[in-house]
Amino acid sequence: MAAAQPNRLREGGRIDRSRPLKFSLDGKAYTGFAGDTLASALIANGVMLVGRSFKLRRPRGIVGSGAEEPNAIMQVGEGAEAQPNLLATQVELRDGLVAHTARGWPSIRFDFGAISDSFGRILGAGFYYKTFMYPRSWWKFYERAIRRTTGFGQAPQTPDPDTYEHMNAHCDVLVAGGGPAGLMAALAAASSGARVILANDDSEFGGSLLSGAEQIDGAPAVDWVASVVTELRELKDCILLPRATVLGYHDHDFLTVAERCDLGEAAERRDRARPGETAERLWRIRAKRVILAQGGFERPLAFCNNDRPGVMLASAVSTYVHRYAVLPGRRAVVFTNNDSAYRTALDLAGAGAVVEAIVDSRPAGGGELADRAQSLGIPVLPGRVVCDVTGRNRVKSVRIAEWKGDSWENTRSTVRIDCDLLAVSGGWSPAVHLHAQAGGELDWDETQFCFLPGQARQSHDSAGAGNGRQSPGECLADGLRAGLEAAAKLGLEAAAIEAPATNSPGEAPIEALWRVPAEKDADRCPKQFIDFQNDTTVADIRLAVREGYRDVEHVKRYTALGFGTDQGKLGNINGMAVLADALGKPVSEVGTTTFRPVYTPVRFGAVAGESVGGLYDPVRKTVLHDWHEAAGAPMEVVGQWHRPWYFPRDGEDLHAAVARECLAVRNSVGAMDASTLGKIDARGPDVVEFLERIYTHNVGRMKLGRCAYGIMLGEDGMVMDDGVMARLGENHFYLTTTTGGAARVLDWLELWLQTEWPELNVYLTSLTEHYSTIAVAGPNSRALLEALGCDIPLDKESFPFLTVRTANLAGMPVQLFRVSFSGELAFEINIGSHFAPDMWRKVMEAGREFDIAPYGTETMHVLRAEKGFIIVGQDTDGSVTPVDLGMNWLLSKEKDFLGKRSLRRPDCLREDRKQLVGLLSSDQRTVLPEGTQLIEDIARTEPVPMCGHVTSSYDSACLGHPVALALVAGGRARKGENLFAALPGREPLPVQVVSPAFYDPRGERQNV
Amino acid sequence: MLLIECPWCGPLAETEFSYGGEAGITRPLDPDALSDAEWADYLFYRANPRGAHRELWNHAHGCRRWFGVERDTVSYRITGSFKLDLAEPRSGGNTEQGD
Repeated sequence: MAAAQPNRLREGGRIDRSRPLKFSLDGKAYTGFAGDTLASALIANGVMLVGRSFKLRRPRGIVGSGAEEPNAIMQVGEGAEAQPNLLATQVELRDGLVAHTARGWPSIRFDFGAISDSFGRILGAGFYYKTFMYPRSWWKFYERAIRRTTGFGQAPQTPDPDTYEHMNAHCDVLVAGGGPAGLMAALAAASSGARVILANDDSEFGGSLLSGAEQIDGAPAVDWVASVVTELRELKDCILLPRATVLGYHDHDFLTVAERCDLGEAAERRDRARPGETAERLWRIRAKRVILAQGGFERPLAFCNNDRPGVMLASAVSTYVHRYAVLPGRRAVVFTNNDSAYRTALDLAGAGAVVEAIVDSRPAGGGELADRAQSLGIPVLPGRVVCDVTGRNRVKSVRIAEWKGDSWENTRSTVRIDCDLLAVSGGWSPAVHLHAQAGGELDWDETQFCFLPGQARQSHDSAGAGNGRQSPGECLADGLRAGLEAAAKLGLEAAAIEAPATNSPGEAPIEALWRVPAEKDADRCPKQFIDFQNDTTVADIRLAVREGYRDVEHVKRYTALGFGTDQGKLGNINGMAVLADALGKPVSEVGTTTFRPVYTPVRFGAVAGESVGGLYDPVRKTVLHDWHEAAGAPMEVVGQWHRPWYFPRDGEDLHAAVARECLAVRNSVGAMDASTLGKIDARGPDVVEFLERIYTHNVGRMKLGRCAYGIMLGEDGMVMDDGVMARLGENHFYLTTTTGGAARVLDWLELWLQTEWPELNVYLTSLTEHYSTIAVAGPNSRALLEALGCDIPLDKESFPFLTVRTANLAGMPVQLFRVSFSGELAFEINIGSHFAPDMWRKVMEAGREFDIAPYGTETMHVLRAEKGFIIVGQDTDGSVTPVDLGMNWLLSKEKDFLGKRSLRRPDCLREDRKQLVGLLSSDQRTVLPEGTQLIEDIARTEPVPMCGHVTSSYDSACLGHPVALALVAGGRARKGENLFAALPGREPLPVQVVSPAFYDPRGERQNV
Repeated sequence: MLLIECPWCGPLAETEFSYGGEAGITRPLDPDALSDAEWADYLFYRANPRGAHRELWNHAHGCRRWFGVERDTVSYRITGSFKLDLAEPRSGGNTEQGD
């Protein structure tokens, strides 16, 4: 096994050598161990080159060991299960894992696109904007070609087979991060009696303690971690979430946490296929207090060719050595401006690597750790910097210069040292992302050279490295403080608990080093990368400033600094410091770009949770749905309702079925399920006064048992909804609304009752689903109802048009409405929903004698359009007044109603407002597509002014030609005129403006 | 996601509520007596302040009652919610934030 993993150390690490795991990268087979990440297993196998950079296609290696990794972007899995855009540093190794590098064609060792690196000088900031501007109309071709060369992998083409879920939770204290500070904070808060959730990004708790040789209470730190985790697990009000990343800190202490459930042991079991098991869980947590202990990110340093594979973050090198027992290089150089990288040198030496030199930019060098390194014989070179790197696919050597200040003149006498690994540390930046997302301020610290969390805006506190603490000892103490303070703020009595003792050595302070000068100026020297993923260099940022960019947000967008999937975790602070230097301002004045959720990339599936497929949106069905389905009716989705569209017989298509259904209603009888109409019961002593204010007609004049067509307006005078209302009692009305408006109208009525007119004593109840509505329409509808057996007379005199009667029909209690949406003699049977299926079957049986046709929404539309009846929301769009629709007759002159005053606004009085008219196609054949624009003058050159548009359009079997409704500017005065319909791909078609009432314009057929 | 206190049901997630705009807009008693400009002022113009804002919310997926909330439009901090028959916001909302 060792031969297969040449860089694997023989002992140590948190891997399980008894459990080898096979995996592949780009088709080549490798072996790692349980406990490895994909990155550590690759390094163990000697694979360092893992990708190509975004723009210049330079070869890139593994730089980090966690979320900050810019280069090792992998496509993991195959087929539908493939996941693009995963970081090798975060992918836990599992047996049979198949990974592909995200970029490089034909291979990452030889990338055709790398030719762009040769032209790198002209590929500076804004290159695409500047180069592909002319001619402007060509951009769409340029863009297509450019897009093809970019991207981070491929999204699967088939539906995601994984299952996701959302989980809501509340807690007293949410701790983000399970390193020394987070564990200590969770322990302190939980021991004080707080309900705690501890979310840890990593599979293992311990954070930086897993990566070092620290001792806690005289024993290895990992022992302390294990004991704390055990203690927390035993507390019943403490939830430990490993593999759970806090993605977002939203308003009012609401946080989202993505927990990966399909990894580790679950992944092993997963091979035995458990469909339906949760792959990822999105926690939606409302916390009373939040402790942010997410640690910090080590910064790289900016020097020439600092992106060569083999240049790694010092802390990552330590992590690979300690946690994964792999040695990323045999001959190493360490380059730093602070003390923490000395640990890495000691780690490397301890693991058997040769540390050729520690290059420290500080003239005075490091603290205690430096002495320890020197005592081991490691050469320490204070006051020096690494200024350049040779080697293309792997570091071969580094060039070291004397460092006396910020220009090359002071940086002389270079020496070259051969090596295969360069571990760099430019200091640490606290992970202030969540603090900033929550609205917290950031303060620039001039001693640590980083942004520290400042004033909080919500109920959060920061602790540990994320709060600028350095050593494990300081982090433990800060975590304890944060945990106890959170408990105190919750009114809990602080537990008697102390931070354990550590052996952290004293450290010398960091000195700023934002850019190592080069022999030539920044534009002409080999590239000094700031953002590795986006190929943003020191020169790019300086160019942006020369071109006039001043604001950090603009420079970000111009140079793409921090635009990658790592969101600048690695390079942003360096970039801001370089920008500050170019602008001649302090970093504190330049500030940072905005931190937004999400903290790290998250799968769309986790965001969607259970809301996919059948659970995406509720489906509402009427009680007659089963009958419709059995009759073979295709469904039309109206809002959430599924309504029968048409009822085909003997292989009829839509057109044939609708023509037959229409003729049945016009000549005999048809029946429709109108149950989706909104129904509101309104009653109370003041109901008349209330409805007078809502509806435009004179509600008070309606006699008992009368129905009326009513419309309601918004306060802007525009038609909001319409429907039939019936007066069932002195103070009792039954209101119907459009299908889509049912909820909105009830809300609207409640709004006025509760806010403006609380003195009105009115009660509203939604009856939409309690009652079903069967519309029976056609000249034979009366005969049909009589055949069913009705206990009241149905003749015109006893039961006239626009009245309502309580009756017993076919042995069932009903409310019968004589209203018509088809223009024919018609009855609407309102019946308790539990009776409705039986009633419907009886209607169909009794109707056989009349060759009754059940009809769907399409026939309903044709019939109403033939009559010029509007559908709110189809023939109106929120900008249409009742006057525009020719409904002046509905507007009471005797009272005020909502929206009335607006009808006198100058804009509502314009004569060229769009008005409802009918349209006839001149060829008697063309059914104008709904939405068709109407024009007056086809001789005009573009852009041709539009004078209206088609709102409803159908072929009318009854009339023998198509009919259309349209909104036309000044339309009513234009009857008889010809306009043109602008049809795609055809000559404009002449159309004639006519009255919208195409059929039975005097309304004689419904009133018999 | 805001945590909104319904005066009847207690503190609940924003997704249960719908927003109703600025509170305290009184419908003129005699709209006909207003000039077009005065009517437009009632109809279209809202204060849109930076800072404290009194606004209407409806507990749409709960008790369906309308009520008022005082919210800071910059920090989104909610200082209290109030029934519409009360003149002043209730103090001591549950959504105290910051230190």
